[in-house]
Amino acid sequence: MNSAKLDHAPPPAVAAPETRAAPRGRARRLWARGTAPYAFLSPTMILIFVLMIIPIAMVVSYSFKDNVIVQQNSVFVGFANYTKVLTDPDFLAALKNTFVFITVSTVAHLILGLGFALMLNTPLLGNVTKAIFRIIYILPWLFTVAVIAVIWRLMLDPSGVVNYLLTTLGGSSVDWLSDPGKALWALTFINIWAGFPFFMISILAGLQGIPGDLYEAASVDGASPIRQFWNVTIPQLRPVLISMAVLDLIWTSQQFALIWMTTGGGPLNVTEMLSTYTYKQAFSSYEFATASAAAVIVLLLTMVLAVFYVRLQKER
Amino acid sequence: MPTSKKVLTRKRRRLGAKIAVFTGLCLGAAFAGLPVVWMLSTSFKPNGEVFAVPPKLISHFSFDAYTAILSDGAQLRFFLNSYIVALSVTALTLFVAILAAYGFSRYEFPLKKSINAVIISVQAVPPITLVIPYFGLVVTLGLYNTYPGLILTHMVFTLPYAIIMMTAYFNTLPKELDESVKVDGASSWTALWRVLVPVSVPGMVAVGVYTFMISWNEYLFALTLTRTDDMRTVPIGIQLLMGQHSYEWNQMMAMSILGSIPVLILFLLFQRRFIGGLTSGAVKA
Repeated sequence: MNSAKLDHAPPPAVAAPETRAAPRGRARRLWARGTAPYAFLSPTMILIFVLMIIPIAMVVSYSFKDNVIVQQNSVFVGFANYTKVLTDPDFLAALKNTFVFITVSTVAHLILGLGFALMLNTPLLGNVTKAIFRIIYILPWLFTVAVIAVIWRLMLDPSGVVNYLLTTLGGSSVDWLSDPGKALWALTFINIWAGFPFFMISILAGLQGIPGDLYEAASVDGASPIRQFWNVTIPQLRPVLISMAVLDLIWTSQQFALIWMTTGGGPLNVTEMLSTYTYKQAFSSYEFATASAAAVIVLLLTMVLAVFYVRLQKER
Repeated sequence: MPTSKKVLTRKRRRLGAKIAVFTGLCLGAAFAGLPVVWMLSTSFKPNGEVFAVPPKLISHFSFDAYTAILSDGAQLRFFLNSYIVALSVTALTLFVAILAAYGFSRYEFPLKKSINAVIISVQAVPPITLVIPYFGLVVTLGLYNTYPGLILTHMVFTLPYAIIMMTAYFNTLPKELDESVKVDGASSWTALWRVLVPVSVPGMVAVGVYTFMISWNEYLFALTLTRTDDMRTVPIGIQLLMGQHSYEWNQMMAMSILGSIPVLILFLLFQRRFIGGLTSGAVKA
């Protein structure tokens, strides 16, 4: 599972002889031992303070004010920005779209990732064949979102190759990314394509970690491969599957670049997500206060998922 | 003892299963790989033939799109910017993460659990929430439209993962290794850099590759924290190409491929280490 660990054979351990330090030296050393970890962690703590604690405090304070960033003399306005956001039909549409986008993506990632991982784990094919397939399967994950966006804009163009196949098969040409009825599904499909490899890799690692004797015992008991799948594979993979799914919900909800570069939230807001809504409020309308309220709401929703994730990790 | 007929049916069933799995794998490979093949083939076409009917994999093979990108100073600038940012982020992240990982791996201290929890939770904070205060912060600090502004903000994504992966790596190395040097009078600092770091190269490679990838691919901060074209990175450059040249598809694809090459090479070189480090991180994180 962790080849980085396995690759490296640690050199033989050298036994540490007992130290015979003078009392004063020991006191100093104890003090040094007490502060040393904080010294080692200080760059990290400073960075986290500057890049995380301060910004979150800033965005929360912006969200309760008026006229932030672009203008001076901001005034405390209480929950006015939140009321504005939560009653904005565009925000509610974004919330709904995000929900559809992340749940469909995650379920599809799970199914595809599991299916491909199972096929790649088959004992029926040679290792070289499987290694080649594995590289092909990882491909989508190696391209940055900007590249994925242009690939699919090319493929899904009204006169692109997907529509060519569709029309040759007797269908009619579809403007996938501009048709209000199709855009959200096209976008979700692109995201499924872009994200399944990470699931696949993790599930494959999980599969390889299942002890072989579990399957042997099952087949001695006469369990068919399908029964073995449901009674051995799935229960063994459960922790990996659940944590991957929660992580994916979090990551997908944060997706911005893909939406921004394919549909930009359009047509008619059908692909507007929480991320694009917030971005537009801030950097298109310069309504930084409203944007901050939306950003805080996004943060809170993510925290709910994150807390759920941490609970799951503790249960294991 | 099974009869020969039984052996034959079993063999046949095995062959059937083999064909079924192979077909399934091929269908999956088409799903994953064909868009990539299409991107590659488009980058070698003259722009007029990109949407030719019927579509052809290879029409008039030409390097024109690549020459156009590589002879354009503005495009090359995107690459230079991406290299400067991603390499700086990688070096700084490794340095800070090694220090932090040493602290986590070799010491017990009262705030250990809380600091660790904060580092893990940083990973979940949405970039869109951060980009608004970052914009205010970066403008205030005079870092708007500069390399340091991008480098610093990219580290918020790379650091937590790097610390978690590096700590896991140091934990696999026996404590006696660095303790023995310390007994001889060396400081923890020396023990870390002279003893632990040299034997941790595989772990550092995995962390470094991953860090480089995240920074090279980052889009939202690069979009909002830079303004002028000479400060843009490759992902933004690809987007700019979309508007500028009224859809020079072949050039967009060539740029996409050129922009993906560093990551592809790193991945192919360090595939095993990388996947190993990543999955262990993902499952533990």
